[in-house]
Amino acid sequence: MLGVGVSPGIAIGKAWVVKEENLSITQQSTRTPTEEIERLNDSLVSVRRQLEQIKERAVRELGDKAQILDAQILVTQDEELLGVVREHINAGKTAEAALESGVEFYAKILEGMDNEYMRERAADLRDVGGRIIRHLLGAKQQDLSNLTEDYIIVAEDLTPSDTAGMNKTHVLGFVTDIGGRTSHTAIMARSLEIPAIVGTKEGTSRIKSGDLLILDVAEGEIIIQPDSAQVAMYEKQRTRIEAEKQRLQKLITEPSLSLDGHKVELAANIGTPKDCTGALNNGAEGIGLFRTEFLYLNRDRLPTEEEQFEAYKSVLATMAPRPVVIRTLDVGGDKEISYLNLPKESNPFLGYRAIRVCLRQTDIFRTQLRALLRASTFGNLKIMFPMISSLDEVRQTKRILEEVRAELKQEGASVSSEIEVGIMIEIPAAAMISDVLAQEVDFFSIGTNDLIQYTTAVDRMNEGIAHLYTPFHPAVLRLIQTVIENGHKSGIWVGMCGEAAGDPALIPLFLGMGLDEFSMSAISVLPARELISRLNREELKKKVPEILQAGTAQEVKEKMGALGY
Amino acid sequence: MLERQYTITNNQGLHARPASLLVQMASQSKSSVTLIKEGKEYNAKSVLGIMSVGAQKGDVISIRIDGPDEAETDTKIQALFKTNFGE
Repeated sequence: MLGVGVSPGIAIGKAWVVKEENLSITQQSTRTPTEEIERLNDSLVSVRRQLEQIKERAVRELGDKAQILDAQILVTQDEELLGVVREHINAGKTAEAALESGVEFYAKILEGMDNEYMRERAADLRDVGGRIIRHLLGAKQQDLSNLTEDYIIVAEDLTPSDTAGMNKTHVLGFVTDIGGRTSHTAIMARSLEIPAIVGTKEGTSRIKSGDLLILDVAEGEIIIQPDSAQVAMYEKQRTRIEAEKQRLQKLITEPSLSLDGHKVELAANIGTPKDCTGALNNGAEGIGLFRTEFLYLNRDRLPTEEEQFEAYKSVLATMAPRPVVIRTLDVGGDKEISYLNLPKESNPFLGYRAIRVCLRQTDIFRTQLRALLRASTFGNLKIMFPMISSLDEVRQTKRILEEVRAELKQEGASVSSEIEVGIMIEIPAAAMISDVLAQEVDFFSIGTNDLIQYTTAVDRMNEGIAHLYTPFHPAVLRLIQTVIENGHKSGIWVGMCGEAAGDPALIPLFLGMGLDEFSMSAISVLPARELISRLNREELKKKVPEILQAGTAQEVKEKMGALGY
Repeated sequence: MLERQYTITNNQGLHARPASLLVQMASQSKSSVTLIKEGKEYNAKSVLGIMSVGAQKGDVISIRIDGPDEAETDTKIQALFKTNFGE
């Protein structure tokens, strides 16, 4: 079976399939109501205990965000709900049928509310209900937090809440039916350095729990129930990859220099303060993109200034004196935050997202900027604004930043005077006027994930057109070249923080174009450093015009391949 | 019996977290605790009861406490609202 390999390596192990099974529920009981109530009470106690354990782990890993579990625990002892359930039992129903009716009764009420947040709580309620019903029926609890052996996790897709409580020490790999290089599963797998293949379409239908699997990420291949010869071959390959990793380890403290002595910066993209460890262990020279969305996701209200301050301070202090580029809130698009009650849009990637939200809901933005500026004295902070499409946005954004700075100064707070302010170039409009924008900012960071989707009009979440989504499209590469040139003309540095920055097939081209900073998944840093040490920057620079003359993505690949790196 | 009016000031209304806190508080009480909105009564010892009120920011509700420790419960619940459920 084939998919898209998104986090490198080879995994060999047993499958754990996360699947919503259809539970068959008998309606009329053959037991007495007293017996049914006893069954119910037993299950309620056990499930409450399970939830408390999950909560303990979640509190350790997520802190404040675990609070949603409190409400779930309360549901297991809810007077009103259990009152309704007991009535159904007394009318002759089984405990599971009675519970299902009771849960549905309240879930429907929550769903009927004109408040997105409350509607989502209906899913939480059904989740607890399902947990109790599975316990009543003796069905296995599909809970990633309680893995006690090593498994390869197979699922339709994994959400941030699935992976938050997951016991990562027992996860050997991931296989999902849907998703691409930039889906949550892919990004998380890379940051955990766990092999993953996504977008297999039929993973959960073809793989059964307990099947032996081999994931060959380089080939995007999943072998189900391999024979012993295959296992032996892949074991050998895995050992070789490990040895290669060891060899690269030696480059951790080396600078990133090309063969002809040109220095670039290789930085890591991170999503939480904890990811700094991975960045440092992989020799990153800085953080080129700290996505701040984690502070806002999986919770029921906005993060306070203090919470944000602590997170920014922690990253800045851990990485100091290395540079840390922190991107302000990039919500909207595929990243929904229920408590902001943003209206559903038919075209969210072209809608109310990122800087557009921040410039309208300025209270949210100001809180984040206050936290960032206050944290600035703890390290080398650079602030970056996402989804810039016009000069007006840059000016407005900078004005707000200055207002916040003045406000803090008045309060007597200390703020670093050396904070660089930059923008993401991920919209073709911004790339086209990058000469103008360069005069207003201290740096550019090219966000290739969105730049590709906006330039080629290819939805990066749409499986059906995934083959059209490619960083090799000459239009994308010409825009990148334009941005780098315009940045350098104004004397500012230009980085890249999309997936393409870590792609060994493209690094030679970007180096030739003069890219100053490459920010990528931590695991890509050392291989990139090794590659760059073999490249001659001046020679590559001469090849760039010819490569950009290519008419198709395929021609670009061929021309790049002909360079022989 | 004690009854007191409150205005909801939480941004998301009585959502899961404040509802949980109120229920935890009410459940510790030996008295009956009832939330009243627009004449309808809801059991304040039930998280689903409270959440199904659908109380939004700006809504006015009453809380009625009736039983042996009503004064003590009333003080605790007042404190909860006064601190805006810690938000």
